Amino acid sequence: MSALIVDIILWGSVAVLGFMSFQRGRPVLVSSMREGTLDFINIVPRIALGVIGAGYIAAVIPSEVITGWLGPDSGWLGVLMATVAGAATPGGPVIGFSLGAVAMKAGAGPPQVIAYVTAWALFAFQRLILWEIPFMPERFVWFRAAVSLPFPFLAAAIAMAIGKP
Amino acid sequence: MAELPLKDPAPADDAADTAPRPGRIRKPIGWSMIFLAVLVAVCVVLVWRRDGADGVLQILFSDLELFGGILPRVLAGCLLGAFIAEILPHEKVSRALGPNSGLKGLLIGTAFGAILPGGPFTVYPVAAALLTVGADFGAAIAMVVSWTLIGYGRAIVWELPIMGTDFTLWRIVISLPLPILAGALGRFVYIRLYPKGAPP
Repeated sequence: MSALIVDIILWGSVAVLGFMSFQRGRPVLVSSMREGTLDFINIVPRIALGVIGAGYIAAVIPSEVITGWLGPDSGWLGVLMATVAGAATPGGPVIGFSLGAVAMKAGAGPPQVIAYVTAWALFAFQRLILWEIPFMPERFVWFRAAVSLPFPFLAAAIAMAIGKP
Repeated sequence: MAELPLKDPAPADDAADTAPRPGRIRKPIGWSMIFLAVLVAVCVVLVWRRDGADGVLQILFSDLELFGGILPRVLAGCLLGAFIAEILPHEKVSRALGPNSGLKGLLIGTAFGAILPGGPFTVYPVAAALLTVGADFGAAIAMVVSWTLIGYGRAIVWELPIMGTDFTLWRIVISLPLPILAGALGRFVYIRLYPKGAPP
């Protein structure tokens, strides 16, 4: 249901922007649609490799290894391990959040899980290679990942400071 | 085994990959794709040795289904990026999101990332388009980080059901300042790394 809403918003935005470029004249619309389609064709093999490959990578990395790293009451070392685990977690949002939930149930501290989810969201290695590099300048991707390094720790620190969640 | 969609990885490919410009260049298949292909091939072999051909096929079919579902959205994302690159006036973007846009540029990038619909198939083409039309690294970083940390799409669809409301809401509250800080840090480092502007 919510996926349908996202799809509607997404294609609605495409339609609105397409109409706006049509107002600039037909050639503008045609040339930008050609650009977009060429990007799409160029990217499909990479996405295919990544999406189809992700299942195999996720099947090989045992989830106990990653949840084990998050350890209960592990303090800053736990935050560090959680950050490494987040970066190493393969696969899509189901895997990332499920491992986080498993770790919570297994007794990991909320700051560690916050660090894990934040690190996974910011620089999961597989997503960098699968999604970011095909679409964006490679230099930007590595630069962004490097700049993002402190933030899982900052998020964990804020979580510790306010005692939530 | 996994077919590698690689032609001849000529050395020229690597040269092109290490010196990208924030332009609409279509990159040849570079080392990162080769690395991923090798990693996947190794994992396929490991799954095959553990679970046999059935295990390999089962993962293949479920991933193919996922792939088929994602494909139209990837097209939507690419079109969105192309339209944005075409429509947005370059001077306005560089004023609003360029290197001298200050805190306001980072805030605009953050807001844009938070409201952008769709998944990685939208945010990365759009961020690349903004870089092309004059946004700087800082604003683009704020946008990507904002999408990944406080974007509603992933939170509603995946995080709320799996992690629970309490965790999700607090995590998002904690994350609110992070895109701006990441963009500011990005700008700070970028200026020192490339004092004379972007390398060719």
